[in-house]
Amino acid sequence: MLQITEGSHAVAEAVRLCRPQVVSAYPITPQTHIVERLAEMVADGDLDGEYICVESEFSALSSCLGASAAGSRVYSATTSQGLAFMAEVVFNVAGMRQPIIMTIANRAMGAPLNIWNDQQDSLFLRDSGWMQFYAEDAQEATDLHFIAYKVAEKHDILLPAFVCFDGFILSHTFEPVDIPTQEEIDAYLPAFNPLQRLDAKKPMSFGMYATPDYYQEFRYEINAAMVRAKKAIREAGGEFAEKFGRDYSGLVEGYRLEDADTAIVAMGSVCGTIKDAVDEMRDAGEKVGLLKIRCFRPFPADEVKEALRGVSNVAVLEKNINIGSRMLGAVGLEVKDAVYKSGTPVYSYVGGLGGRDIRKKDIKMITEWAKQGRNDCFFGLREELLE
Amino acid sequence: MALNVGCAGAPGRARDNKTGSWRVFKPVFDNEKCNKCGTCMLICPEVSIDEDAEGYPKVNYDYCKGCGLCAEECPKDAISMIQEEK
Amino acid sequence: MSENTCEFFDSGHRACGGCGPALAAKLITRAAGEDTIIVASTGCMEVFSTPYPETAWKTPWIHSLFQNAAAVASGVEASIKRQGRSEKVVVIAGDGATFDIGILCISGMFERGHDVTYICYDNEAYMNTGIQRSGATPFDASTTTTPAGKLSTGNQRPKKDIPAILVAHGSPYVATTSVATPKDLMDKVKRAINTPGPCYIQVHAPCCTGWGFDGCKTMEMGKMALNSGLWVNYEIVDGELAKARKVKRVPVDDYLKAQKRFRHLFKPEPNSDEIAKIQAIADKNAEKYGIDIKPVK
Repeated sequence: MLQITEGSHAVAEAVRLCRPQVVSAYPITPQTHIVERLAEMVADGDLDGEYICVESEFSALSSCLGASAAGSRVYSATTSQGLAFMAEVVFNVAGMRQPIIMTIANRAMGAPLNIWNDQQDSLFLRDSGWMQFYAEDAQEATDLHFIAYKVAEKHDILLPAFVCFDGFILSHTFEPVDIPTQEEIDAYLPAFNPLQRLDAKKPMSFGMYATPDYYQEFRYEINAAMVRAKKAIREAGGEFAEKFGRDYSGLVEGYRLEDADTAIVAMGSVCGTIKDAVDEMRDAGEKVGLLKIRCFRPFPADEVKEALRGVSNVAVLEKNINIGSRMLGAVGLEVKDAVYKSGTPVYSYVGGLGGRDIRKKDIKMITEWAKQGRNDCFFGLREELLE
Repeated sequence: MALNVGCAGAPGRARDNKTGSWRVFKPVFDNEKCNKCGTCMLICPEVSIDEDAEGYPKVNYDYCKGCGLCAEECPKDAISMIQEEK
Repeated sequence: MSENTCEFFDSGHRACGGCGPALAAKLITRAAGEDTIIVASTGCMEVFSTPYPETAWKTPWIHSLFQNAAAVASGVEASIKRQGRSEKVVVIAGDGATFDIGILCISGMFERGHDVTYICYDNEAYMNTGIQRSGATPFDASTTTTPAGKLSTGNQRPKKDIPAILVAHGSPYVATTSVATPKDLMDKVKRAINTPGPCYIQVHAPCCTGWGFDGCKTMEMGKMALNSGLWVNYEIVDGELAKARKVKRVPVDDYLKAQKRFRHLFKPEPNSDEIAKIQAIADKNAEKYGIDIKPVK
């Protein structure tokens, strides 16, 4: 049913429909509205699960790990400093192959302390073994939770996932969102059926340590599952499209890319602004399009390569910075790798850090820069502060 | 043998690791002195002392590391530690 | 049925011969029984008992990280409660994981009131990494990070009182015990797991390698600690001291002399000032817990 709702509340509603048995989270801006709403649902009996009020993000994900290993579907949400604090557990959850879903309300990393949006937080954990989805709007954020659980829990995948949506920009704004019914989600997402769990009737040891004789193969297996996840995501997204009419069968999504000379690549809410800018540039006769990356891990290199076939240059809009790398942004590195053999130039343009607004004119500017072959750089800098 | 997902393992597989090879001194039991108090069975950190049909201690030398804790604690001095012949 | 078939911690683990923590694991699991889920911290016990694929554990067991066993256990407990299952959840973690790096998670677990028994096997230093000082290391012990030297007599801080901290959290049952008193240990484990809410047991687990004594003396070392008053077996029920094991106390010297970690206190000649400080700790324990058996008149 279509309703006007805050992004965080739409996500909370999606989580409720997934029937998690254990929710464990620690409050941090701008994730709080999600977990507050989930706590209300538990208090009112609308969500039949345990809500653990932990003392830290580190314990939030640790308790999720224990609950998942014991056989429950679990959920958590965090951002930025909280995600960094749980980073050790993030790697551990993936290594132990627990299909935990965690919403990341993307926020900048300190210092300096900053509560506003960019995507540095989730991207710094790109190698942790978690799938990473990025939502453009509240509807996509909502729907990606259903898809994430479905893919994560498949026995040939068993990988956790971040569902990332931009803090404040999506988490605290109101949009019309079509929320499925419980019956619809029950028909799409079956009950959690763990491959193995902590159980006195069938005792096993979880989280043993691996010597050099074994460790590398366990890492190989995680990567192999991540590779398999590409197909599983396409299938789960396709099934979702059949049932709900919103198509997530691709890991990327093109917008007016046909015959484009310049492609802008981006993730998250800024894609909405980019679409408006593309429309205006197209109206002015410029051949520009957008490639939205919905799934960053696994990275859909083949789809990116296919989507960018024929473009002359690529401007990657980065809400992160790869400090110390020749390529300024983490997304650009992946895109450049994907199109490497074509020789198409790919540039990282970094902006929107710590909540700095990204305007249509910024997008037009970086499009122009890409055409001119301008090297990787920041955009939207306040030059007067950089004497 | 395929890896188990997530580095989980089947129970008790440590028995594949025969720690008896570590042993330098070997506990030898004198049933004449033994009063079947069960102390040695209770305190063996290797879980390698069992009870025989008559209730006397029986060492599983596949796992006994020869630490000598049983001999030290035996209230009847019924256990001697003898150097292993290699 | 033979004794060994009911063991839930089994042979083939890689602990040193005479290992106090290995004995603790065996006694704890024997007392807890098969309907138990063990949550472990990283540490000596985890490493010597679970190199893949050779686990010594025969009840369900999980290890995640060094410092999060209490939080993992919180999640396990919430999950099985939600599923209507009956297993008991028992944490077994070392003193470094408990006294130092894991105390945030432990405080959270006790404050939230999870039905989990948390057992610390206390071998009084970071043994797995090579005998570094922890908050559980006793006064004047020489470790690799508090070495005795020309200007130092070893660790200069007393042992942290974790049981008191957990009593302050409102734990219904807090107890200390020792591998040197196996029946006491097992009784306390049974009592703790049958007490609803978060309970804590601290097990003195002498480490022959870390403390510097022969592995055959593990029980003896535990008994000497008890008899000196440097370790006290006690129970605190609902915040009140309910019981403490009484002893005919002997001076601390023999206990100290028996271990390499205190050798510097006796060579080249006995450091009577430092030994007196350790004796004062034992005296204070004796008074606090009332462990001295009064001579019969």
